[in-house]
Amino acid sequence: MGLVEDMLKGDKRALSRVITLVENNSQNCEEILSKLYPHTGNSQIIGVTGPPGSGKSTLINHLVREFVRKGYKVGVLAIDPSSEFTGGALLGDRIRMLEVSLDSNVFIRSMGTRGTLGGISRKTKEVVRVLEAFGKDKIIIETIGAGQSDIEITRTAHTVIVVLTPETGDDVQVLKAGIMEIGDIYVVNKADIGNAEFMVEEIKALIASKSSNVSKEWTAPVIKASAKKKEGIRELVEQVEKHWNYLKVSGEINKLEERRVKNEVVDTLNRKISNYLLSKLESEFGKEIFDEILKRKESPYSVVNRLIKKFLC
Amino acid sequence: MMAEKIRVLLAKPGLDGHDRGIKVVARALRDSGMEVIYLGIRNTPEQIVETAIQEDVDVIGLSILSGSHMYHFPRILQLLKERKAEDIVVIGGGIIPQEDKEKLEKMGVKAIFGPGTSTQEIIKKIKELIGNKKN
Amino acid sequence: MNRSNLEKISKGKKEWEEKQLKNLLKKAPERKSVFKNSSGIEVGRVYTPLEIQGFDYLTKLGFPGSYPYTRGPYATMYRGRLWTMRQYAGFGTAEETNKHFKYLLSQGQTGLSVAFDLPTQIGYDSDHPLARGEVGRVGVAVDSLKDMEILFQGIPLDKVSTSMTINAPANVLLAMYLTLGEMQGINRSLLRGTVQNDILKEYIARGTYIFPPTPSLKIAVDVFEFCSKEMPKWNFISVSGYHMREAGANAVQELAFTLADGLAYINAALERGLKIDDFAPRISFFFACHNNFFEEIAKFRAARRLWAEILKEKYSPKKERSLLMRFHTQTSGCTLTAQQPMNNIIRVAYQALAAVLGGTQSLHTNSMDEALCLPSKQSVKIALRTQQILAYETGVSDTIDPLGGSYYLEWLTDELEEKARKYIDEIEEMGGMAKAIEKGFIQKEILETAYHYQKEIEKGETVVVGVNKFKEEREEIKIEIFNVSKLEETAKMQIKKLQIVKRERNKSKVEEALCKLGKAAEKNENLVPPIIEAVKAYATLGEICGVLRNIYGEYRAPNIL
Repeated sequence: MGLVEDMLKGDKRALSRVITLVENNSQNCEEILSKLYPHTGNSQIIGVTGPPGSGKSTLINHLVREFVRKGYKVGVLAIDPSSEFTGGALLGDRIRMLEVSLDSNVFIRSMGTRGTLGGISRKTKEVVRVLEAFGKDKIIIETIGAGQSDIEITRTAHTVIVVLTPETGDDVQVLKAGIMEIGDIYVVNKADIGNAEFMVEEIKALIASKSSNVSKEWTAPVIKASAKKKEGIRELVEQVEKHWNYLKVSGEINKLEERRVKNEVVDTLNRKISNYLLSKLESEFGKEIFDEILKRKESPYSVVNRLIKKFLC
Repeated sequence: MMAEKIRVLLAKPGLDGHDRGIKVVARALRDSGMEVIYLGIRNTPEQIVETAIQEDVDVIGLSILSGSHMYHFPRILQLLKERKAEDIVVIGGGIIPQEDKEKLEKMGVKAIFGPGTSTQEIIKKIKELIGNKKN
Repeated sequence: MNRSNLEKISKGKKEWEEKQLKNLLKKAPERKSVFKNSSGIEVGRVYTPLEIQGFDYLTKLGFPGSYPYTRGPYATMYRGRLWTMRQYAGFGTAEETNKHFKYLLSQGQTGLSVAFDLPTQIGYDSDHPLARGEVGRVGVAVDSLKDMEILFQGIPLDKVSTSMTINAPANVLLAMYLTLGEMQGINRSLLRGTVQNDILKEYIARGTYIFPPTPSLKIAVDVFEFCSKEMPKWNFISVSGYHMREAGANAVQELAFTLADGLAYINAALERGLKIDDFAPRISFFFACHNNFFEEIAKFRAARRLWAEILKEKYSPKKERSLLMRFHTQTSGCTLTAQQPMNNIIRVAYQALAAVLGGTQSLHTNSMDEALCLPSKQSVKIALRTQQILAYETGVSDTIDPLGGSYYLEWLTDELEEKARKYIDEIEEMGGMAKAIEKGFIQKEILETAYHYQKEIEKGETVVVGVNKFKEEREEIKIEIFNVSKLEETAKMQIKKLQIVKRERNKSKVEEALCKLGKAAEKNENLVPPIIEAVKAYATLGEICGVLRNIYGEYRAPNIL
């Protein structure tokens, strides 16, 4: 397998190929990831989320440019939904807008969700690991809207940027529930139109009200930005750096990394064990086992416990 | 195990902004189960090749209606060669005279579709070119 | 028509349906269960006064040259003067185009039409990396005033009317043209011609925009303002539905989106402080003519009526002329087939007939080989002859709006008007056309229609002769091919000329003019005057647009799929 070696030497085509193998869950996927694993763990993972139309892509473009200017190597993962019916996807290439996408230090990859939400976050996490191994300093994950999958993905991130815009007036109300708890940095984008100031204050108030049950010493800043006018970009970059620094100095990063690694182990365990046991289920008990449960002669619990006893203990 | 997908990069090189055809093709390819990365209008050959490599696509589909095909197709083929990515299949469509079509096919463009081509024909050809290893 | 008459007709129709139709349908069903036109409007079996009950002649039609202009913008229409046969043509170098212009003028033509190459249309000089492969390709390359001098060398600008298909940098090309006029000693107020200057449709179709929509609209209105003050004979906009139709829009969408664009320009101009009667009469339009014969005729009639009605409702102008819609028509390029190209002659002829029955002011007929290559001389001639036969042999130009009063056509005109009005209202609710474009609404609507149309063709529900029915083995087609090596030569020469201009001009003057332009843009002043100064100093198109790119930013449209 020269591919992994080539990739580790900095070959972009090899990197791209490796990502495909991981994404396709090809047979040597685990082998590849195992080989890469020692090289991971040095990147800042930045999740960018927010409702569609909030201008995430333009913001990310500027972010990437600033990172590159500072000499960082940057990877971007953009996630789009696949069609449930055909499996096809249009990966609208939102983030290839600037000249910067041709910079040798930038690598951009689009991914379709290809099935379940769980699937997407797992594959995204694995591809992030690949990019880490490739030596990207900053890895940005962009998702299309603020759904469950977005929140799931942000669990992988060290720094979560929530992008909102005053254009859709009820954003804050709508997002109060989920998104207001996950942000490390808030951006009020398109600040050149309308009620930006008001929105900033509103978000600050919300953060303050939640801060009582947050033990971290980090208070999420709220930044006014206009990707169009290139305003607020510097400040955003500064805050992203500051947050990274904070994570390292406070030791918070160790907790996050520990959580990530644990998650990886637990996820892998869950998946493999359940696949394993599922494969045994029918061969062991036959298809009738479901009838037995239907007739209430067995319960799901008794069946699973029998399986575990037989194959795992 | 997840299915492999045919990944296609669609782009308009040069400055021509007529994108009806390529957008319709993008939708049709998606509806046939492919993953389509659409780069839109006004792309340089360098941008197209770099994207094709990063996205690890199987096919690059180009649409040119301005008549600049004899510049853009050869340039893209050359860049792919320089990047050792000649295995990426290049196809195209637009208003391309028979004589140029033959020249381009000799250079390595795998298929050129003229006006009136059905999207089913394009899908069939792509599947043929990529082989049936993927669905 | 009075009630008792209508009742009689209604009774008669029922009888006919019971006695004749029912039996026949049982024995021989119709070809389709539903008949629809391009806009998805279901078309009935037969039309009678019943379908247009309440039809009021004076409010719906009126007379030619009077409100609501349904029957035509002028009182004598083609009885007075035939439509203008205007063929858009020409590519290559400024020198070649100049020769071609002189030939046309020697043949008695007084109107010139300039096609620019794509780099010029997008504000790049010929030596820009993105211009590679495109210089001199679909039109002439103009980098500086020098090229304009060559283009019109020996042509007195007060003797011709010049139509320029230019949008994003319309202000720069206009500045070059009027400067050239001044060099010839002709006051700008005497110059006649048109700049397309319709930037909104570029975001929807065609794609030759430079800046984001808001500054683009400002730039367009600059030209309105400048021309309405200083160039009274100049048409400063041609609001174009053609390109949207080509991008896949149906007739209703073309109608609605074009008029909505027109309203966006009016609103922007009023915001600037212009008075409606000072500029509305000089707004002209540009439509496509597609295959569905009656639908197209109805579209043109509905367009005039709807425009007049909306303008009256919204802006209550004092001048009648402000309500009057004049338009140019081009037969639809996207209906031409590469298969059996001779068939295109027939398509173009039917489309031309519909445009004339719809009352167009000028007409471009496409050449039969346009789906294959740039048109040959022979096919361009046939296209022109098609118009001449129509004008001089068929007699359709002898009576004004000869189909007016047809039950079917009047019903259809009403339908199209109503459906278009709904769309326009919907767009207004979104905050107007610029917002609707930013949201991607218009682009999505058009793509939806285009995709649907393609699927219909592939299913055989829509027949395209020679493509999905009556197919033949591909016949050998002889086409003249444009010499590519010659084009490369053209590009090289053009770049050399550009270098000479840059070497010979007064550098500090250029810098000063560009600096002034930048300041004017920052202060949100009208940019035409400082651009004229820059043009005079031989600043290049790319440099001028470059200054504005730095200030306004460059627009990259979201890919709407």
